[in-house]
Amino acid sequence: MQTKLYTPYFFLAPALITLLIFFFLPIGAALFMSFTDFDIYSLGKLSWARFIFIRNYAMLLSDPLFWKALVNTSYFVLVGGPLTIFTALTAAILLNSKFLKLRSLFRLAFFMPVATTLVAVAVVWRYLYHPAFGPINYLLSILRMTPIDWLGDPKWAMPSLIILAVWKNFGYNMMIFLAGLQAIPDSLYESARLDGANWFQQQIHITLPQLAPTTFFVVIITIIGYFQFFAEPYVMTQGGPVNATLSIVLYLYQQGFRWWQMGYAAAIAFVLFILIFIVAMMQMFLRRRQEARA
Amino acid sequence: MKMVTESFDHRLIRFTFRLLLYSGLILASFVTIFPFLWMVSASLMPSGEASSFPPKFIPEEITFAQYRLLFERLNVGRYFLNSLILAIAVSMISLFVNSLAGYAFAKFYFRGKRPLFLFLLSSMIIPSQVTMLPVFLLLKQFGLLNSYWGIILPGMASIFGIFLISQYLKSLPDSLIEAARIDGAGNFQIYWKIILPLAKPVLVTLALFTFMGTWNDFMWPLIVMSKESMFTLPVALSNLSGEYVQDTELMMAGSVITIIPVLVVFLVLQKYYIQGILMGGIKE
Repeated sequence: MQTKLYTPYFFLAPALITLLIFFFLPIGAALFMSFTDFDIYSLGKLSWARFIFIRNYAMLLSDPLFWKALVNTSYFVLVGGPLTIFTALTAAILLNSKFLKLRSLFRLAFFMPVATTLVAVAVVWRYLYHPAFGPINYLLSILRMTPIDWLGDPKWAMPSLIILAVWKNFGYNMMIFLAGLQAIPDSLYESARLDGANWFQQQIHITLPQLAPTTFFVVIITIIGYFQFFAEPYVMTQGGPVNATLSIVLYLYQQGFRWWQMGYAAAIAFVLFILIFIVAMMQMFLRRRQEARA
Repeated sequence: MKMVTESFDHRLIRFTFRLLLYSGLILASFVTIFPFLWMVSASLMPSGEASSFPPKFIPEEITFAQYRLLFERLNVGRYFLNSLILAIAVSMISLFVNSLAGYAFAKFYFRGKRPLFLFLLSSMIIPSQVTMLPVFLLLKQFGLLNSYWGIILPGMASIFGIFLISQYLKSLPDSLIEAARIDGAGNFQIYWKIILPLAKPVLVTLALFTFMGTWNDFMWPLIVMSKESMFTLPVALSNLSGEYVQDTELMMAGSVITIIPVLVVFLVLQKYYIQGILMGGIKE
């Protein structure tokens, strides 16, 4: 194509300048901040922040609240992530049944939570979980089970948030799985049937391996998203009871934007980034090895 | 025919399988939409009716008192307007900015294009919380906290948007552009008169994603908008839920107001939304 050399840069400029100012430079700035004692006084006068090298990171390592947040977040990611993906996969496989009527209606129902506002559904679920008047405990009482103080019991608070997260998010992954399923050729299933494989065996030996690339993508986006969970505990539990639902991002928010310990909060942000990076790399590595074996 | 030769047992198994599948799916759909049904129902009850045991699922007498209270006393009209202005402004401006860049990546050859594209893509892994602190300070320095700009400016460009548009534009034939160039059209004219109209499906998809993302976003507006009159609906809702913890019916009405607009937009344009998920999901 005949164009002047600088033409493409004109088209790129607005986006790149925006990204530079509001994304790439701030990453550097945040790294720098994480090595300073930036606090509420520095907020008044930036030059009051002092360089303290890695003291924020050292402090994080001995901060029991940070460890609590790290453990809670890992709990959320490691239990909530697989549950979400498993629910999504099950729903996708069922919806992919060939003879199924009303497929788009079911699909829409499962997808509805994804399209809605997290804060609003968190408010709704807070009342669904109400220990005395909530419909969930009412259901338990019909089933003659003892009522649960869902959000008030440190043991149950995190499972409650996980159930909400699975409900809210599985529809998104389900859509991606559905597309992956539709790309699997029918002939594979037919020959498996001829070999006498039952429905369950077909899912294990054909569907799962064929879906591996899709699953890889779904796992990555789910992990990245779940590491950043914030609105659920903010709205429903404020991180309680006794910090049972304090997440890394909630702790970052409290340190950075409630107590204005912004240097410390920046260090938390970088630890979060490193965690996400490591997990994504591990996934990538596993995937490569799997591909090499196949 | 095959059907005739099928044994009774076989048909019975198949019938049971289908029965189980349909009842399972219907039950699961009901559980999935139950929170929404309950939200709407409780929002139409007078104060206190939803807080009873056993819980009431249908209002005895429908009342709009909660909605009236929200709009007349609790300033929800203003929050609604804030949310709407921001969601529309961010989607329109970012559509323009991202489509310009997406066009450059899809249809131009320039030095460092491939590395730049890969660099942008791989930086999508960086969580937004990393940049929140410095961007907050930047906005504070320029007096842009508690203004629409605090949300519009950082939202003007998105790597996902650039990626989505460039993937779509790559599939358009170059011959259209060449023909226009022979007719003497300038680069911007080609972008405006040829590329944009052809890219309409992906533009709708991206606008929808951005609209819903901005409307539903919580953490960034919570940080930038500390002044009550600048709250977006999610921020106002979380603020109200702190103050009006006991008032179930009022909070449900607030949730309905927050959810309905974005749900309607989604329902009307869901085809485009699903296309966007799939395009984002397909890795090269």
